[in-house]
Amino acid sequence: MISYEHLTKIYGEGEDAVTALEDVTFTIEKGETVIFLGPSGCGKTTTLRCTNRLESITRGKILVSGQNVMDMDVITLRRQMGYVIQDIGLFPNKTIAENIAVVPKLMGWDAKKIAARVDELLSMVRLEPELYRSRYPAELSGGQQQRVGVARGLAADPEILLMDEPFGAIDPINREQIQDEFLRLQERLKKTIAFVSHDIHEAIKMGDKIALFTNGRLLQYDTPAMLLTHPKNKYVADFVGADRALKVLGIVLAKDIINPRPRNLVKGEDSAEDVLKLIEEKELRHAIVIERGKPLGYVRPQNLSYEQGPVKDLVEKYPMYISNRTPARDILSYMLMLDLLTLCVVDDNGDFIGTVTYNDIQKKVKESYTSDVETD
Amino acid sequence: MGVWHFVEKNLQQVLFLTWEHIFMVALSLIIATAIGVPLGILITKKVNLAKRVINSANIIMTVPSIALFGLMMPILALVGQGLGKVPAIVALVLYSQLPIIRNTYVAIKNVPPSLRDAGKGMGMNKWELLKEVEIPIAVPVIIAGLRTAAVMNIGIAAIAAYIGAGGLGVYIQQGIDRVYPEMIISGAVLVSLFAILVDGLMAGVEHLLTPKGIQLQKRSAQ
Repeated sequence: MISYEHLTKIYGEGEDAVTALEDVTFTIEKGETVIFLGPSGCGKTTTLRCTNRLESITRGKILVSGQNVMDMDVITLRRQMGYVIQDIGLFPNKTIAENIAVVPKLMGWDAKKIAARVDELLSMVRLEPELYRSRYPAELSGGQQQRVGVARGLAADPEILLMDEPFGAIDPINREQIQDEFLRLQERLKKTIAFVSHDIHEAIKMGDKIALFTNGRLLQYDTPAMLLTHPKNKYVADFVGADRALKVLGIVLAKDIINPRPRNLVKGEDSAEDVLKLIEEKELRHAIVIERGKPLGYVRPQNLSYEQGPVKDLVEKYPMYISNRTPARDILSYMLMLDLLTLCVVDDNGDFIGTVTYNDIQKKVKESYTSDVETD
Repeated sequence: MGVWHFVEKNLQQVLFLTWEHIFMVALSLIIATAIGVPLGILITKKVNLAKRVINSANIIMTVPSIALFGLMMPILALVGQGLGKVPAIVALVLYSQLPIIRNTYVAIKNVPPSLRDAGKGMGMNKWELLKEVEIPIAVPVIIAGLRTAAVMNIGIAAIAAYIGAGGLGVYIQQGIDRVYPEMIISGAVLVSLFAILVDGLMAGVEHLLTPKGIQLQKRSAQ
C-alpha cells in the first residue's frame, strides 16, 4: 500500500519557484495497479519519482506500508521497490542475466540463487533462458528489451513496482502484446503497481484505477469506467475524449456481455425443414448450428427454403470467433467489418460458450452511463 | 638509402635511444592516467570545479613544448632536477592532462541519464553506479583519450632531447647541430614509426577493454 498525503513538490526558490505538485492525496491499495495519467509536465512522473525519493519531497508525506519514506534509508527503500523505466534503461555493458541480477546482487544473494531466479524471471516474461541469458541488450529487439526491463524490476520479488512509461518506446503492435502479457502476469503476482502513462488507452486497459493529473494537481482518482462515464469536470471529460463512450467499449469484455444460452441454437443433424420452422416460430433472423459442442456456422431462412437435408450441409461459416477476453471495441469492429450482428464466443478448445450481439453491447454501454455503481 | 644505412651502423645506440623514448612516454602516461582519470571522474560530480580544471588543462596545452621545458628547468632546479628525464616527464604528464581529463569527463557525462536513473532507482549508491555502470560505459572514450595523449607525447618527447632527456629526439637535435641530414631523417622517421605503432597498439587496447555489450551496441547503431 502506498499513501500520498498532501504531497507538494516545489522546484527552485523565491521568485523562480515552480510548483510541480500541489497537495496531492490518494492511496494505492495493496495488489492494485494505479495508472498516473496526464499530459507531460502534469506531475505524474514527479509523483512516481518522489515515491522512491529520486525527487525530494517539499511538503506532505508518502507512506509505504504505513512507513514514511523520509524515515527510511533511501537505498533500502529503493531496493524494496522494483523500478522499470522507459527508453530501455538496460545497462548495455551487462548481459541480460547480469542486468536482471542487479538488485539481487546488490542485496548480496549467493550466485546459485541469483542464477535460478534469473532463469525463472526470463521464463516468466517469455524469453527462453538458454537463448537469452548471456546475450547483450543490443542483440534484443525493443520489445524483448522491455520484457527484460520488467523482469529486472521483479528480480528481488518486491511488493511494489514503480513503472515510468514502461512500454512507451515500443511499437504499437508489440506494445499491445506486452501489455497483455503484463496483465496476465499481474493477475498472478498481485503486485502493488504505480504506473505512469500519457496514453489514455493504456490507462484504461492496464489500470484498476486511474489518477488523472494536470498542472501538478490530482483531478480525479477513479476506476477507468467511472472516469469515462462520470468525468468530474470538463477538463477530465476533454482529456478522456469526446469518444469516451467508445473507450468504454475497451473495458467491457466479451465475458461481461456474453449470452451463454441463446435461443437460436440448433444441432447439425437437424433437418432444414425443422430449423426453418423454428426460425419462423421464434421470429429469429438466423440460427446457429452447433456440432459436438463446436459452432459450425449459421443458417438464415433463405438458406433453408426448399432444402431437406441436415442443416450442417447448409451453414454459412463465421469468418472468425471471439474469446471471453475480447474487448467490446474489437467485437463491434468485427461486426461492422463482417456485417454480422451476432458473433460466437469460443473457449481455448474452440468449444461454443455463448454469443455476443450488437444489442448486448449497446445495452451495456448505456447501462454504464446511467448507473452510479462501478462497472468492472 | 642513407637512413637504413645509418640505423644499421648505429643499431646499438638506436635501440638505447628508442628504449629511453619508450620509458619517458610510458612512465608519463602511467602517471598522467593515475592523475587524469580520477580527476576527470571527480569533476563530473563537482560541476563548478569542472570548468576550472578543464580550462587549466587547456592553458597548459597552449604553452609551446619548448617553452614548457624551459619553465620546468628553474622550478625543478630547486630540487636539483633541472635537466634530464625528470623535467621531461613532468612536462609530458602536464601535456597529457587535457586529452585524458576531457575525455574522461565527457565520457562519464555522456552516460545516458536514463541509465543513471535506472541504477539509482534500483538502489545503487554513487560508488556502485560508478563501478557497475558509468565507468564500463565510459571506457572506450577514456582509452581514446589515453591514445591521443600517448601519440602526442611521443612527438613532444622528441623535443625533450634539448633539455638532455635523451630519446630519439637526440638524433634530430644533434643532426641539426651537425648539419647531418641522414641523422635528422633517421630520428624523424623512427619517432614517426614509433607513434604509428603505439597508435595501433592503443587501438587494440581500446578494443580489448571495451565491454562486449558496448561493442555490439555500437555495431547495431551503425
